[in-house]
Amino acid sequence: MLGRPLKVVRAVDGVDISVRPGSTLALVGESGSGKSTLGRCVARLDTPTGGTVHFSGKDVLAAHGAALGQFRREVQTIFQDPFSSLNPRRTIGDAIGDGPTIHGLMPKDAIRDLVQQLLTRVGLRPDHADRYPHEFSGGQRQRIAIARALALAPKFIIADEAVSSLDVSIRAQILNLLLDIQAERGLSFLFISHDLGVVRHVADDVAIMQAGKIVERGPVDQIFTDPREAYTKALLHAVPRATLGRRHRDGVVARTSMSTTRPIS
Amino acid sequence: MRNAGDVVLSARRLVTTFDTPSGRLRAVDGLDLHLRLGEVVCLVGESGSGKSVTGLSLMGLIDPPGHVTCDEFWFDGHDLTTLPESEMERLRGRRIAMIFQEPLSALNPSRRVGDQIAEVLRIHGLASRAEATRRAVELLGRVGIDDAQLRARSYPHQLSGGQRQRVTIAIACIGSPRLIIADEPTTALDVTVQTQILDLLTEMQTSLGSALLFITHDLGIVAELADRVVVLYAGQVVEEAAVEDLYRTPGHPYTVGLLASVPDVDAPRKRGVALAAIPGTVPNLLEVGTGCRFRERCDRAHDRCGAEPPMITLSEGHRVRCWLYAGR
Repeated sequence: MLGRPLKVVRAVDGVDISVRPGSTLALVGESGSGKSTLGRCVARLDTPTGGTVHFSGKDVLAAHGAALGQFRREVQTIFQDPFSSLNPRRTIGDAIGDGPTIHGLMPKDAIRDLVQQLLTRVGLRPDHADRYPHEFSGGQRQRIAIARALALAPKFIIADEAVSSLDVSIRAQILNLLLDIQAERGLSFLFISHDLGVVRHVADDVAIMQAGKIVERGPVDQIFTDPREAYTKALLHAVPRATLGRRHRDGVVARTSMSTTRPIS
Repeated sequence: MRNAGDVVLSARRLVTTFDTPSGRLRAVDGLDLHLRLGEVVCLVGESGSGKSVTGLSLMGLIDPPGHVTCDEFWFDGHDLTTLPESEMERLRGRRIAMIFQEPLSALNPSRRVGDQIAEVLRIHGLASRAEATRRAVELLGRVGIDDAQLRARSYPHQLSGGQRQRVTIAIACIGSPRLIIADEPTTALDVTVQTQILDLLTEMQTSLGSALLFITHDLGIVAELADRVVVLYAGQVVEEAAVEDLYRTPGHPYTVGLLASVPDVDAPRKRGVALAAIPGTVPNLLEVGTGCRFRERCDRAHDRCGAEPPMITLSEGHRVRCWLYAGR
């Protein structure tokens, strides 16, 4: 580009992760840590330069034809901003029905029934199928995105900052919906998030990413109560708590001592 | 609470409306606000609560089709309801300063940050052309930017998000403002950077002795930062209290629900137990009639909630707009 030599950025660098069936692995990191890139590689939306991805024992990166089609059904992604992943000019019924239509899974009537069932399941109304994305709030759009992901009866869902742009009171509704659906269907989740409060309440296992590498991983309670790595400790310390405890315990002292540390930015 | 000083801003019945094709929308509906020098007041609310519009209204930055009215609006001895725009321009950016969520859009992408700071110094008549460049470097150092001499020659895109917000804080503090309004200034930043920016902001506010109106949706930040909290819902204040009172004895069912909805990073996951959530969604401001705007989502709603709820004082400085406390 413009004659400049290309620099190679190792956005994700030699990372190993595994998700147990029916469980949630949370991938935590700050911006630029590579967590979304890793998620995209797992979903085969990006192709890694090296390494392997296995899903249900099969090599994902080598899959093609019918095997790839099956993978694309069984693994679904929910993104942060459902508005940009929904076509503004098509009804949400069409959007939800797209997957089964494209994969030729069932006749038209059956798809219409499925769409209505799914809308009800995610807390919307069957008649919402005829409406357009702009007619819904952010929380409702995320419900639509969940319904669309479920339309293909997936086994594995990658949620990339799926609740990050939602208001506090709505975020909990959507998290509860995701957790209920996971329990109902025995789904596995890769939950990508920067929000440690949310992660603590949805994850079974946690992997902390920094600059393309996983710096620490473990069961959720171990990561939060007994973190080993300095970076994990710093992340946990930096989360503002919605309680008065910390402020009243070490408030002013802690603030003053922190502001003398060298800025990271 | 820190020692509260003189009232620097006092607004009574602030109303901001927008004329839309579907009718007149009251984004802020009768807000009373009093800010004292030296205190941090957090304005808390979710999307559509009117918190950002409140900040812009106080700055005099609402343009048509928006319209602001106020029964009383005093700032630092000036009656802003009658102050001509030319006078307001002299206050704005100097005695009242604002910091926004996205510093990249607040800064000029095609000018070096040092020049942008120098320009503001000159506009406010605080430095001569020759002196302004030197002062700009000084200010960059003051807000914690390393190699300020070198960084002054950077363009905004060459700085990190945290550094850019440091630059906008430097610019905001140039005129020794009596009031700093910060609208979600750390929402776009990572948590570790967020801590540094909050520290810098409170440090600057303390050294200037100004009031800080901090607009946020993050109840964690509020707990760490605020002396007083004003909770907005659908354009109205539903609760106002000292931070200790708000977290220990929240009065409004919305505040209670909001506090319960924040996942506690220090509590273990309870499997099979749903996270606390507030059902429903924020009402469409074009469709709100009379009565409590939260009643559709409230688990303590009652027939009388169809009538406009009174603002009730629970204790000194703790006010709640809710029928639950009427007649006590």
